[in-house]
Amino acid sequence: MSQQPQPHPEAANPAATGGPAPATAQTAAQSTTQATALHPAAPQPGHARPVLEIAGLTAHIAGQQVVEDVSFSVPATGITALLGRNGVGKTSTIKAVIGLISRTGSVTLDGERIDKEPTFKIIRRGVGYVPEDREVFSKLTVAENLRLAERDASPRRQLVEELFPDLLKRASQMAGTLSGGQQQMVSLARALLNENKLLLIDEPTKGLAPKIVQEVAETLERAAETVPILLVEQNLQVVRQLAAGAVVLSGGKVVHTTDSALGFLDNEDLTQRLLGVHADAGHGEEADRNGAQK
Amino acid sequence: MSTIVLLTVTGLGLGALYFLVASGLSLIYGLMGVLNFAHGSFLTLGAFAGWEFARRAGADNWWTFLGSLLVGAVVGALFAAFTEFVLIRRLYERHIEQVLVTVGLSLASVALFDGIWGTDTIHISGPAWFRETTGILGAQIANDRFVAIIAAVIVLLGLVFFLKRTRYGMIIRAGVESRSMVTALGIDVRKAFTLVFAIGGAAAGLGGVLASHYFQYVSPLLGGSLLIFAFIVTVIGGLGSLTGAAIASVVVALLQQFANFYLNGTGDFVVVVALALVLLFRPSGLLGRKS
Amino acid sequence: MTTSKTDPQSEAQPDPQQATAGSAAQGATAATAAGQRRNRKGQHDGGAAAGGRTLLKWGAGGAGVVLLALLPLLNLSLPGVLPGPTYTPGSLQLLAMCMLMAAAALSYHLLLGVTGLLSFGHALYFGAGVYGLGVILDTFDIPLLPAMGLTLLLVIVLAHVVGAVGLRVTGIPFAMVTLAFAEAGHVLVGRNPGQATGGEEGLTLATDNLPEALLGVANTRNLYWLALIVLLVVFAVVTWVQFSRAGHVAAAVRENELRVRVIGLQPYLIKLLVFVVGGVLASAVGMVYLLLQSGAVPRSLSADFTITLLVMVVLGGVGSRWGAIIGGVFYTLLDQRLTSLAQSEAIAGLPDILRIPLSEPLFILGTLFILVVLFLPGGITGAVQRATLSRGQRRQAAARQRQALENAE
Ligand SMILES: Nc1ncnc2c1ncn2[C@@H]1O[C@H](COP(=O)(O)OP(=O)(O)OP(=O)(O)O)[C@@H](O)[C@H]1O
Ligand SMILES: [Mg+2]
Repeated sequence: MSQQPQPHPEAANPAATGGPAPATAQTAAQSTTQATALHPAAPQPGHARPVLEIAGLTAHIAGQQVVEDVSFSVPATGITALLGRNGVGKTSTIKAVIGLISRTGSVTLDGERIDKEPTFKIIRRGVGYVPEDREVFSKLTVAENLRLAERDASPRRQLVEELFPDLLKRASQMAGTLSGGQQQMVSLARALLNENKLLLIDEPTKGLAPKIVQEVAETLERAAETVPILLVEQNLQVVRQLAAGAVVLSGGKVVHTTDSALGFLDNEDLTQRLLGVHADAGHGEEADRNGAQK
Repeated sequence: MSTIVLLTVTGLGLGALYFLVASGLSLIYGLMGVLNFAHGSFLTLGAFAGWEFARRAGADNWWTFLGSLLVGAVVGALFAAFTEFVLIRRLYERHIEQVLVTVGLSLASVALFDGIWGTDTIHISGPAWFRETTGILGAQIANDRFVAIIAAVIVLLGLVFFLKRTRYGMIIRAGVESRSMVTALGIDVRKAFTLVFAIGGAAAGLGGVLASHYFQYVSPLLGGSLLIFAFIVTVIGGLGSLTGAAIASVVVALLQQFANFYLNGTGDFVVVVALALVLLFRPSGLLGRKS
Repeated sequence: MTTSKTDPQSEAQPDPQQATAGSAAQGATAATAAGQRRNRKGQHDGGAAAGGRTLLKWGAGGAGVVLLALLPLLNLSLPGVLPGPTYTPGSLQLLAMCMLMAAAALSYHLLLGVTGLLSFGHALYFGAGVYGLGVILDTFDIPLLPAMGLTLLLVIVLAHVVGAVGLRVTGIPFAMVTLAFAEAGHVLVGRNPGQATGGEEGLTLATDNLPEALLGVANTRNLYWLALIVLLVVFAVVTWVQFSRAGHVAAAVRENELRVRVIGLQPYLIKLLVFVVGGVLASAVGMVYLLLQSGAVPRSLSADFTITLLVMVVLGGVGSRWGAIIGGVFYTLLDQRLTSLAQSEAIAGLPDILRIPLSEPLFILGTLFILVVLFLPGGITGAVQRATLSRGQRRQAAARQRQALENAE
């Protein structure tokens, strides 16, 4: 499970990526076949107990099944990517985990069942949630947004100020008047203020400029040093940079799990089939399209 | 001139009553999405409780009056908190059923008030000062108007302070924007629900006592008649907006008073026309958020 | 560099419609496809249910109608429910009232059950029928049928105006707005403008231009038959609207308005259409109500009356035509029984704590209503339906019935 940040393929050079391709593809195929387990929830060898184990999770919205018998687990360290095309149920899965939509099945956080608990209790167990569309309270100030999120007796204000110095300057600004990127900072800061066992982060780079995307990615990388993260991310370049393992959804079901996100992304055939993209080609273009679809 | 002053102050007094009902309605709707048809019953029960207290305390003095205000507010708050806890909570997020339950409660409670206190209106009197008048710019204005206005202003300021300065106020403001996100921060938003109901009930109960002095009677129908205008006020002001409710209360009451006087008793229609205009041009109300 | 290829068919997305869609349009197409699937499914379910039991249903329905039509000629007794044998005017009056309330509840079902419009102002149209006809008969020297036609015309205009304004908002705000308009009507009638409505006292039916056959206690059975006809007509119209194309779209609006918009239809116009039809039906019922009661009182325009309709529909079961009918009949009978119970000796002798609540029919009905909402999703018809199911299906059915109501938002 080596986790080397990949070289930036901005200057899309087929020759450069084409060179080492056969080798990577082979390892990828290997690790993938191993990891595409029939029982995805089965603990992965050589790891401590997963922080989050999901088995048979099913959820409905407005009478429609949006999460179907989903099972996977999130290792106790590093970043696990939750991937899939638009509308396959990534957000719904995360919401079902913390009970924001009603669900059945088993969800275990750090060895304890949480699937019958109300959302606020799950969060208090040590889960940080960064929702898909930031969901800052637009009529509360930045400071109030952060204060509302403080659960611990001694919240880590220092860390947040260090990570997002911009927010300090804007403490008394209404959060609704912040730019998209700044709102994302508030949303991330709310999760990072507390000591967590797990972070659930849903598309943190959605609609952000490339430079901010990098900043967010770096923040996540730093956070991941101390807390495991389940990350929904459409920007495959960011996934490359950050994710160790990956879970791929399609039509509300898990269709693929791997402990090597890189391996998965390098497997052109698989990404083509499951994500509908050519993973290596035109990342910028792809990010644009994701933005435009929203 | 004196007519205008008279109409204005009387209108403000009526607006004060509307606000006391509408503020709770609007907060409850804003936070929980519940249209509370039982809100009128909170008011009516508050009015009866205040009246019973004053009757037992005997003297029509200021202390009795203040005591009855307190009793009305406390009874209204308890009734409301009970409603939230026993009926609304088990229908969490099922808004239509919540409305239906409050409809049932309002039917049942008004009928019960009928049974207990009878259907006839009961005339009441407060401190003697209420029946006197004060001259302002040549207009002789009944003093109870001032009491209603002052009480409503105090309630408004108190609510604003509570919402802006306390943690629960912050939770409520955040919850008005997104309940689910508040719970997703690890906050038990249901406590805020009970609290908002209690606050709304207290304001309504207080409003009930004041209304009974303003109209000089109590009756089981007191709440229902004010409730409808409070609904109009909340829609015009923008559902969930306290400031909107305050402004709309005053606007609606003044419109009503002036139309009643100058357009021979058409106040109620002018108000409904105003509602229609607001809906046509600003469906989310004066200060409502766009949905 | 072509990343925007046509999506390949992945094993987890077997839906051909979705798979052939370009990825940029995928979201919209998926929504449309889902909508169509649902529609097809709805038609299929309806078709299967109707297919198997159509004959039986129509047979039973026909027999029921014949029996109802013959009641005034029969000597049947239902002690405890009817005050006397079925041919007596008292019983016929009560039965006619049951049928009118069932018809009014049906017209409300069109709004709440079919389209998901929670109106708190339906009494406005019922009352407009009652008062419209009453005032016209009282003021102008014209026969009954033209007077009824004129009233309908007025109601159509009224419903269009209120609907056009009120439907600019949805959900709870719509409830409040319709309430406000109805209340304006209620207040107007109470004010007795131009001495036309009789104010709080109400209006007595002017009988000068009415046919003999509708007058007098002896002719109650004619009014009973009239009520039966109204119920049948309302039922037919509601059925027709519900299963017409507009009705399907209305149902789709109830389930997911956005989706309907995505398909390119206009929810607003469909809702307005249903709102107007519901109002016209209610006013037709109101006109016969005026004849049956020989007068009008402001209560028929009040929020209380709308709430009564709402209670009927919910008691019977939201979303079901039979539910509305059963609810209307059940409520009317129960209200009548409770009222006579309240005045009975047995109650008068009880201690206050029992006597006061029991002598208030509305207290009992309100409490019953709360209990039904809390514990009996789908009302009476829902409970009956569940009784025929297995345990597991029962829970699902209850969830579905709850959903039927929640969709009304
Ligand atoms: N409130 C809702 N009402 C109806 N359907 C919904 C609702 N929310 C989600 N869905 C449906 O559930 C499915 C899964 O949605 P979800 O948001 O989980 O997808 P996602 O994988 O997060 O997509 P994206 O990549 O676009 O964020 C979609 O088909 C969506 O249409
Ligand atoms: Mg999503």
